[in-house]
Amino acid sequence: MIAPVAFLLLCVAALLLIAAGAVALAALRRDAARATRTIYAATLAVSALACFAALSALLGAQGAPSRITLPLGLPWIGANFRVDALSAFFLVVVNLGGALASLYALGYGRHEATPYRVLPFYAAFLAGMNLVALADDAFAFLLAWEFMSLASWALVMTSHREPENARAGYVYLMMAGFGGFALLLAFGLMAGAEGGYSFDAMRAASHSPVIAAFALALALVGAGSKAGLAPLHVWLPLAHPAAPSHVSALMSGVMTKVAVYGFIRIVFDLLGEPAWWAGMIVLFLGGATAVLGILHALMERDLKRMLAYSTIENIGVIFAGLGLALAFKANGMTAPAALALTAALFHVLNHSFFKSLLFFGAGAVLTATGTRDMEKLGGLIHRMPVTSVVFLVGCVAISALPPLNGFASEWLLFQAVIESPDLPQWGLKIMVPAVGGLLALAAALAAACFVRAYGISFLGQPRAAAATQAHEVDRFSRAAMIALAGLCVVAGVLPGLVIDALAPVSILLGGARMPMQGDADWLSIIPIAESRSSYNGLLVLAFIAISATLTTWVVHRYASRALRRAPAWGCGFPDVDATMQYSAASFAQPLRRVFGTMAFDAAEHVDMPAPGDTRPASHRADSRDRVWDTLYAPLTGAVHFAAERLNVLQFLTIRRYLSLVFIALVSLLTVLALWT
Amino acid sequence: MILGAIVQGAQMALVLALAPLLTGVTRKVKARLLRRVGAPVWQPYRDLARLMRKEVVLAHNASWLFRATPYLIFAATWVAAALVPTFAIGLSFSWTADLIAIVALLGSARFFLALAGMDVGTSFGGIGSSREVMIASLAEPAMLLIIFTLALVAGSTQLSTVVAYMASPEVGLRFSLGLALVALVIVALAENARVPVDNPATHLELTMVHEAMVLEYSGRHLAMIELASQMKLLLYLSLIACVFAPWALAAPGDGVAAHFYGVAAWLAKLAAGGALLALFETSIAKMRVFRVPQFLGVALMLGLLATLLLFVSRSL
Repeated sequence: MIAPVAFLLLCVAALLLIAAGAVALAALRRDAARATRTIYAATLAVSALACFAALSALLGAQGAPSRITLPLGLPWIGANFRVDALSAFFLVVVNLGGALASLYALGYGRHEATPYRVLPFYAAFLAGMNLVALADDAFAFLLAWEFMSLASWALVMTSHREPENARAGYVYLMMAGFGGFALLLAFGLMAGAEGGYSFDAMRAASHSPVIAAFALALALVGAGSKAGLAPLHVWLPLAHPAAPSHVSALMSGVMTKVAVYGFIRIVFDLLGEPAWWAGMIVLFLGGATAVLGILHALMERDLKRMLAYSTIENIGVIFAGLGLALAFKANGMTAPAALALTAALFHVLNHSFFKSLLFFGAGAVLTATGTRDMEKLGGLIHRMPVTSVVFLVGCVAISALPPLNGFASEWLLFQAVIESPDLPQWGLKIMVPAVGGLLALAAALAAACFVRAYGISFLGQPRAAAATQAHEVDRFSRAAMIALAGLCVVAGVLPGLVIDALAPVSILLGGARMPMQGDADWLSIIPIAESRSSYNGLLVLAFIAISATLTTWVVHRYASRALRRAPAWGCGFPDVDATMQYSAASFAQPLRRVFGTMAFDAAEHVDMPAPGDTRPASHRADSRDRVWDTLYAPLTGAVHFAAERLNVLQFLTIRRYLSLVFIALVSLLTVLALWT
Repeated sequence: MILGAIVQGAQMALVLALAPLLTGVTRKVKARLLRRVGAPVWQPYRDLARLMRKEVVLAHNASWLFRATPYLIFAATWVAAALVPTFAIGLSFSWTADLIAIVALLGSARFFLALAGMDVGTSFGGIGSSREVMIASLAEPAMLLIIFTLALVAGSTQLSTVVAYMASPEVGLRFSLGLALVALVIVALAENARVPVDNPATHLELTMVHEAMVLEYSGRHLAMIELASQMKLLLYLSLIACVFAPWALAAPGDGVAAHFYGVAAWLAKLAAGGALLALFETSIAKMRVFRVPQFLGVALMLGLLATLLLFVSRSL
């Protein structure tokens, strides 16, 4: 019997071999279509195996960690790898997403213009994400983290000749470097002067409050920038849509979760007991991120970028749950902490399902129509029957509507909010209800956002020629999307299964678990006790299905079943055409007026010529990204300024360089002399 | 057990049967307040029967979603209405969905209705859907904050438990509940497309929301949607009544007489609610659509204030 960690490392090795094989195939200039099939079939097989191994590690071992040390990495500690309940759960998320993305890419990858720019990095990217979750010392973790960042950066740069993508890649590289640097400092602080870089040493060490505070802030910056936490989210809506769609799905659905894993590992596991204000900060950032992300998504007309912004919203929801869990944990309230943590982790799983599904759907639309601009789509429900159904499932799920899975996790989160008045600190007492309101607002706006996305892209009449020529995608893509839609439904109607599976994780991190859901009647879920709240997705679905079927039957049997097709009512206007429909921009207008002035300084400029004037009328809506304007623009300005000033140093004579070196040496030695 | 099942079944039948009557009563009272005779109170039943018998005229490019939506909305609303205590608490299936889930079920119905409004691709459907989601994006968080308030007072989001607590003497007079009541009334007006947010009596007017969304519907489809929105009105009135006027509700284990007493009390509450709604609607003008966010913002702020008060002190 091979240990889970060894098996998973073998899977990683296999993925790296596949990446090397892809490089070899590229070097040999083999037939690209065949290579695409081979590589994706191989990653599918390996990811599926790894997923099963991780799942059995999560369910079977009840959190008993399995570990291995390889003679790599730093000489005095080696490369440590470990699988415990937390990493097993995230490995399930990573490899399930990886397997389904590979399945999807078996069909979708055929449309890739430059497949050899994707194939090696794709396998390497999967390997990198697995390694992050497996790593058990700071060196291995950071190496895997950077490997994952670089592989995904290469994937973002697939179509690097488009100027937009080049900029996205640049911004992504900067932010990834910055985030990695913050994590490096965080680990450095936690390792202390003795250099205890293994996670065991960090766990055992007692960190002083100041060190813990700095480490927490750095972890928040490092992992938060990868996950897309505001205000470090700016790269995400640029980079995620630039990659091929199955990679976008992986980046949004899975890589952001790896970042969440990094945050949980550092803050819940390595740092020891949290301070209450840590929970407050994380909670606030989560709530603000959620609302900001979904407001941006509502204004976006690019389908994939809209999905990327919606990822920011979901990351906000997850971080709000984590912040709540931290606050409970700091006050020793283990049962509510387990509830909030389970809600956050459940949302991690759910978001990986429906965001992958929606990105696959967007990829299918892109394949079928050649555009991701919603204003050029419409009427796809008639031409893409399967994609339109599964995309609808994804939209309902992500909008947190019962009986699908998005609702189950948000419901748990709201239950956790209701548990929080017992928190003793005033800051938390004020912050929690405010964030609860923000989360409710984000959920309602998400529903609006996805009504808009689905209504404009899939319903109505085709807005451009491309949409009239659309056709359904291949069977591999359909299979991957149907599988994810099925998972959304299963996790929605049987949330108890997921909650029970998450119990070892919440015991590991908080010392408590939610009540055993398998014991509840009829597969209900019960956060604390049945008298306080319970929810049964299965029965809700069954009730709706039964009453809808029954009503349909009764109406058709006893009332009337006559039906006549006729032109739509055009209010007496003779030539109604597709351009008169509501567009994505007009649909968002009321919400832009309500929220936009505050969130993005939105303004509308109307130029209406006087009667008789033949000049065309115009209407322009402006909006600005305030985060970019207030935070990033001054920063880039300062960097440019400094670079201009320091530029003179490039053109000195050798004497001056030598004297500079001399001065630097003397001042360093002086510092050293004063230090001791 | 048997009685429980009968009560649950009776509730499902009653909410379905009485919903058009409530609308009829409200319209009648409104007409009388305007010194008109008004249609008889059972006119909504006649309208529904007429619509049911008629053929459906479907736009050429309407999809399956457009045809399925009326039944889905009806089913979701019916399930939600069946879980709100009307004349008895402790319904057999009340543990299936708590108050958050009931409200979210109505959200699901709205999601599909807004999609159906965009299916045919006319500007009327689009304007209705766009405004509906704008209103919902404010009404839903306000509703959730009201639920937080009730849950913090009663220690549960389970509606039966909340109602039992509200009926008990320990609840007392609370400031937060007053705020929640005002907020809930505002949300109920917006959710049911009543004046001053929307006008249920107009057709083909630029300010309308709900009617614009369903403009393409006809025949049995329209009947299902009308019935669903009538049921939603009944649901909200029952919700307000059971939380803020929890009197004469039958408890599980009570005899048949208590249940009949409960039904009679519920009918009286509904009639009073419908009359108050009519009075309110006749005494206020409809708002411009871009004033609605401010109106709903009041509900949002009141809900937040009520929740905050309870975080400060559980006794407020």
